[in-house]
Amino acid sequence: MATESTIISEKERWDGGTRPMGASYGKLMMWYFLLSDAFTFSAFLIAYGALRVSNPSWPVPDFVFQLLPESLPGEAGGWPLIFVTFMTFVLLFSSYTMVRAVQEGARENKQGVTVWMVWTIIGGLGFLGCQAWEWNTLIAKEHMTVLTNPFGAHVESGVYLEGDGHDITEGTTFVPGDPYLIHKYEGEYHQLKYRVTEGEETGIVKEQSFGPRAFGALFFCITGFHGFHVLSGVVFLLIILINVISGNYAKRKNGYEMVEKIGLYWHFVDLVWVFVFLLFYLL
Amino acid sequence: MASIITYDEKKLIKEDGFDDHFHEHHHGDKYQTGFIFKYIFSMDHKIIARQFLITGMIWAIIGAAMSIVFRLQLGFPEESLAWLKPILGRWILLNEETGIGTLDPQFYYALVTMHGTIIVFFVLTAGLSGTFSNLLIPLQVGARDMASPFLNMLSYWFFFLAGAVMMYSLFLNTGPFSGGWTGYPPLSALPQASSGSAGGMTLWLVSLVLFVVSVLLGGINYITTILNLRTKGMSLWKMPLTIWAFFVTAIIGLLSFPVLASGFFLLMFDRGLGTSFYLSDIFIAGQALDYVGGSPILYQHLFWFLGHPEVYIIILPAMGIVSEVLSVHARKPVFGYKAMVYSILAIAFLSFIVWAHHMFMSGVNPFLSNFFVIFTLIIAVPSAVKVFNWITTLWGGQIRLNSAMLFAIGFISLFVSGGLTGIFLGNSAIDIQMHDTYFVVAHFHIVMGVAAMFGMFAGIYHWFPKMFGRFMNETLGKIHFWMTIIGAYAIFWPMHYLGMAGVPRRYYRFDSFEAFEQFTAMNQFITIAAIITFGASILFVVNFFYSMNYGKKQKVRNPYGANTLEWTTPIEAGHGNWEGKIPSVHRWPYDYGKDGNEFIPQYVPLTEEEKLEESH
Repeated sequence: MATESTIISEKERWDGGTRPMGASYGKLMMWYFLLSDAFTFSAFLIAYGALRVSNPSWPVPDFVFQLLPESLPGEAGGWPLIFVTFMTFVLLFSSYTMVRAVQEGARENKQGVTVWMVWTIIGGLGFLGCQAWEWNTLIAKEHMTVLTNPFGAHVESGVYLEGDGHDITEGTTFVPGDPYLIHKYEGEYHQLKYRVTEGEETGIVKEQSFGPRAFGALFFCITGFHGFHVLSGVVFLLIILINVISGNYAKRKNGYEMVEKIGLYWHFVDLVWVFVFLLFYLL
Repeated sequence: MASIITYDEKKLIKEDGFDDHFHEHHHGDKYQTGFIFKYIFSMDHKIIARQFLITGMIWAIIGAAMSIVFRLQLGFPEESLAWLKPILGRWILLNEETGIGTLDPQFYYALVTMHGTIIVFFVLTAGLSGTFSNLLIPLQVGARDMASPFLNMLSYWFFFLAGAVMMYSLFLNTGPFSGGWTGYPPLSALPQASSGSAGGMTLWLVSLVLFVVSVLLGGINYITTILNLRTKGMSLWKMPLTIWAFFVTAIIGLLSFPVLASGFFLLMFDRGLGTSFYLSDIFIAGQALDYVGGSPILYQHLFWFLGHPEVYIIILPAMGIVSEVLSVHARKPVFGYKAMVYSILAIAFLSFIVWAHHMFMSGVNPFLSNFFVIFTLIIAVPSAVKVFNWITTLWGGQIRLNSAMLFAIGFISLFVSGGLTGIFLGNSAIDIQMHDTYFVVAHFHIVMGVAAMFGMFAGIYHWFPKMFGRFMNETLGKIHFWMTIIGAYAIFWPMHYLGMAGVPRRYYRFDSFEAFEQFTAMNQFITIAAIITFGASILFVVNFFYSMNYGKKQKVRNPYGANTLEWTTPIEAGHGNWEGKIPSVHRWPYDYGKDGNEFIPQYVPLTEEEKLEESH
């Protein structure tokens, strides 16, 4: 358009006949979609917060998310949060490769765009793979479902009267806040018996209670919703990659803008993960 | 100093207009090949507007007819409803011996629920904002079409799909959802809670999630179009108030509907997977259910975070339409244009921080309630500014009392009457007495139901020529207006008294309560008024479809002498709206009666004198 070549003063920007923020309608629409999606996630995370604070205890993330999904929580050698840190690094690194793809798009370097988009897709798939592994461990090995949460945290002091064959033996003591996992074998959860050693209920024998049910449900719901966003992002990246390779964008007037738009989406999904990471794994 | 401005519209636009090189790319016209792509899968905003309007009207008739059925039940609980058996089938329970037909109580709740859902979402959100945002945004800001015509088309078809799913739920064996339009758990979360909570609720959720998609697709388009596609000279402060209203409405929708969707997703998990987000310690038929740790209040917060802004999503477009119609037909500039814009913005901002005033009686902390009371009452300030400005706009105007103007004035009346009772209900202390009574029913029906409908009627009468090239019949229009305004007050005014006496809403019948027996005659009166008002609406529908084909033809482009750009397009505008250049804009849209000119359209350049004035 003729108006684009002329320099527009700050005042005239908003006077019509031009794009006030210098962004095409497509990019603006992506921004507004992301704004609305931010509210979707905010609602989920606020629901998480509301349910978490209304429960008397909450599983301890350092205990639930151990070094490698292969080792059960509480066993020797557990390095808390290392695996999820790796996952997060993979996802954030894919944001860097995305930035590079957009940059190469601005330079109209088709090969550069292709290479960096491939890396971004690998990053996205890598994150999804890690997430699948983590989910699989939680579901298949630790037997957490949306309905049952075997991860608990003690609200009183006590001493175990039996062992679980892993890290707890008869006579192991615990204080409020200590985490535990109710193991499931032979098709049944085995809640260990313990005796309370402090407070009014001293001497009473109890058994481990299941952790707050909302923990598992929220975990699967919110990380699942985020994972679905990553998956859709990978699908869109693939479609756009095919268009890049076939040279469709090189012919267009706005060039590689599509790469830029999916880039906005991709960074947004990464940003959301930062909040999910904070709320589920760090706090 | 009076100086009559003379101008030749065609010549002016040709010389001074904004050349966007429309005819250099012809893709614009390929939308319109063949019947299917011209009228059904159309990407033209003018056609999509008509699609929204007519779909909305069909839903309005269904929703209103439902209210007549339950009003019959409330007004005349002893009368036989056997004559409705051919339509409602087994929802009318027929007594074998006497032949008396009664309304199935379960279906009564379904009717109330569906009435609310349909009118709030399908009629007053899609039918009102969808219609007029689509029609007016491109025409009034001077754009060829929406930013993305394709997403705009999808927006309509998602709405259509939402409607189809909701319609299907009406015919389910177990009936549509019957737990109230707010869909509170546990009734909505437990499929076994009532017959409507089973399949009906599932379809209700599916339908409304589709509806959220429709609103978001539409809203993203409206905002982008207003920001990016304004014609040359159309600065934000030169936009008509309609556009400001649609703009802010779209922003509110964009920020609040996703939260509803999140709330619905969690509800779906509770229903489908057995999670306990909203459920805890529930018994059904003496049986303890296995739900722990959830909170039904959480759902209420998520729901009302949409639910309250939703009422402004409904009323703001009506306010915008009314401002425009009043100014055009009073032949006077809108009083306090900037104050109008700022009050729209203030209302929009406040709408996000008052949601819990719907939950004073749900067990939220009373200290928290204080916060919500204060901000709720503050909304009265920008609302009062608007009312003051509307009345002052009328003051001393050369008022043309046509149907559009009558409905616009009626809107002000209703908005004042309904708004005042809002101040009662916004107080958490008075709300203890008033909540869930007919007082609430009367309040929200007047202030956002009927008032928004009046805004919609004003808009339809005013822009009918823009949509169909013909005028609606004025005589029928005036009969429609007087029957509706008297009818609406006759229905809802007495409800305030019922509510103050403690008559609760959503009850199946009142004649079995000694305390409410005295209101039998009043309930009958309300029912009769409702039937007459429904008749007036049918008159409107007849007028609408009759005038579409046989109404008085629009002969000139600008029949009302209005300033806004939509009246510069050809009467039968094709895709792209303007044949040649788009008019460029030089002045605000409300130069009526200025310096002895009856009206000066927005595309007329400023005179030397005016330029001098502006620079001061």
